[in-house]
Amino acid sequence: MKRVNAVVIGAGAAGGIVAKELATAGLSVVLLERGQWYTANDCRKDDLRNQRTTVLGNAFGPEDEGNPRVWVDAQGTPHTALASEGVYQNDAACVGGGTLSYGAQAWRFLPQDFRMRSTYGAPQGSSLEDWPISYDDLEPFYDKAEYEIGISGDYSATPFHGPRKRDLPMPPLPPGREFEILGRAARSLGLHPYHIPMARNSIPYNGRGPCMRCRWCVGFACEVDAKNGSQNTVIPIALNTGNCDLRTGCMVKEIITDDRGRAQGVAYFDARGKLQEQLADIVVVSCCATESARLLLNSRSRLFPSGLGNQNDQVGRHLQGHHYTGAVGYFDVETYDDIGPGATIAISDYNHGTPGLKGGGMLANEFIRLPIHMVDRLPANTPRWGLGHKKAMRDWHKRTIVIMGPTQQIPTADARVTLDPSVRDRWGLPVVRISGNVHPHTFEIGAVQAHRAESWLHAAGAVSTSIMSHTPELVSAGQHQAGTCRMGDDPKGSVVNRYCQVHDVDNVFVIDSSVHVTNGGFNPALTIMAVAYYASDALVRNWKGTRYRS
Amino acid sequence: MASCKRPLVLTRRQFVSTAVAGSAAAIVGCAPAKPGDGEFFSEDQARTLAVICDEIIPADEFPSASQAGVITYIDRQLVRYYRRHRDTYKDGLIRAEATSVQRFGKRLSELSPTQRLELVASLEKENRPFFELVRNHTFEGYYGSPRHGGNRDAVSWRMLGLPNPPLRGRAQYDLEKGSSS
Repeated sequence: MKRVNAVVIGAGAAGGIVAKELATAGLSVVLLERGQWYTANDCRKDDLRNQRTTVLGNAFGPEDEGNPRVWVDAQGTPHTALASEGVYQNDAACVGGGTLSYGAQAWRFLPQDFRMRSTYGAPQGSSLEDWPISYDDLEPFYDKAEYEIGISGDYSATPFHGPRKRDLPMPPLPPGREFEILGRAARSLGLHPYHIPMARNSIPYNGRGPCMRCRWCVGFACEVDAKNGSQNTVIPIALNTGNCDLRTGCMVKEIITDDRGRAQGVAYFDARGKLQEQLADIVVVSCCATESARLLLNSRSRLFPSGLGNQNDQVGRHLQGHHYTGAVGYFDVETYDDIGPGATIAISDYNHGTPGLKGGGMLANEFIRLPIHMVDRLPANTPRWGLGHKKAMRDWHKRTIVIMGPTQQIPTADARVTLDPSVRDRWGLPVVRISGNVHPHTFEIGAVQAHRAESWLHAAGAVSTSIMSHTPELVSAGQHQAGTCRMGDDPKGSVVNRYCQVHDVDNVFVIDSSVHVTNGGFNPALTIMAVAYYASDALVRNWKGTRYRS
Repeated sequence: MASCKRPLVLTRRQFVSTAVAGSAAAIVGCAPAKPGDGEFFSEDQARTLAVICDEIIPADEFPSASQAGVITYIDRQLVRYYRRHRDTYKDGLIRAEATSVQRFGKRLSELSPTQRLELVASLEKENRPFFELVRNHTFEGYYGSPRHGGNRDAVSWRMLGLPNPPLRGRAQYDLEKGSSS
């Protein structure tokens, strides 16, 4: 197989951007993706089989069959999990990765989110740390992501955002009923409600039409291609350069290193299960936090007996996601308007600055609830089954508003990905084993956030509410997973440097949410994208060319 | 117990062999099903399950779970996505019938409405894993997509006042202009 300049592993939010940036700069790129490239024909609106409600499986990968993982409970007992189970902490496996089917909230983190340790001090037992780069370093790349991927929204109503050079390229979608109800209520409380920034066309953009506002958004692929992910933006551009070869159904086994400790390329199983080698000048790992850590740990050799980049036992640690809490409000008027995507309004007043709390998170209303989502969200006194339950479904489905938000987690070194010693996947590779939890102060913050959501709902006229707050026994990473290959200046406490280059091996890069030191109080997709643009920029600037350059 | 899998339309040869297999199955408690019946459940099992599901979602002015196709939903999944739950169902249904006979001297399907409610309530306490599985699957079959065999004619969506076929926004949204019309 022809040697190339770069092999990028994972065609998700980050990998797609890296492939596009490198291919556009003239490097030859092979983009490997273990999943498939889905088309509009695969975008069926199946409320039991999608990427969010997975009782009949993940619509966009991975399959339950042959892709197990192991999780360890609070007593230390390991359990095997199927890919469609919550404890598996799945994201997706397809071209576009999570961005094919995400809700498409596209937030910038706040300046403080990059300086959590300086802002709050690290609680005992935590591994809270600052990023080695700042909001200002990322700002030009947030801007680039907003314009290249295509983001709609309006930040003008909130003072809680970092400096920005220009407005978003698209206005927000017209407000729905919940926006009106909750907007009034939030302002009456002295809060600053605003439109959620969304990677979703509100007007024609990038050659595609606007959102048609259907009921099926988060968890589904967009039927009219109005939701913007890497699969319909940067990856087609990468392929159009002629410099990028996308290979789907390809599972990377390991990164191959030579006897001087540099990467030579990767070994992977192709779509037919045949073991192949792809040699490259540089290797970019963009498999999402859990799978990127697994690949590095599975890349063992004489020089790297505990895995690539793992000399200081950092790979897989600081696993985090978000701690979601909130409240359900029940109203005596219809709040449901059947206009998607549903999630429209947010406040960032509570991300930082509460005395006694080390952080917080944004609060927003939820995406449209399908009937199946309501069965366990009814008022607290509702019978769990029987006529009373059925009647409550009728009474409340159209008179409910849910507010919740991602509390920024305080990481620990013990919440981590390791390799399971015995369970293997269908390719015979050791699988991800997830254990540990984030710092317990996270749950105290989450509980406060839930009460804030409740107060907002009361102000909006809710006749009753129920709180959604809990203390999980395992780190909650899932679709917002991050942190396992921490970015830092000190190799002892991190895996990659500030340019996402692995400390131990200078031609291997990890570019995805793995490098997030902390994960903000927001959905992380836009930050993953901004970091990918930022790291690609450094990579291209430092690229000296090789004799292999095509 | 083997599952009772049968084609919907039988050739004469199949009919003969199925009849033989059916009578053998009857001996081990897997009664022959009528054409169109389940791929996994025997008629008896389906009847027992229907009693439980119809307590979870009873009929009122809208259909009960079984009337809306929930048994078909569960039956289909047990030979597809929910193969791993087969034993829980088989054992759970046997235990439910045993409890019914022990407590009331009758099969589930012969119980009075009050007795049914009492029995299903006791299942919730005494065989929690089975009950929770049936509860979840009943809700999936009733409120989920009709494409999987439940929610017949989208009856639950109509019950909740959701337009069907689903309004996808086109009616209220002008794709050309990109704004609400």
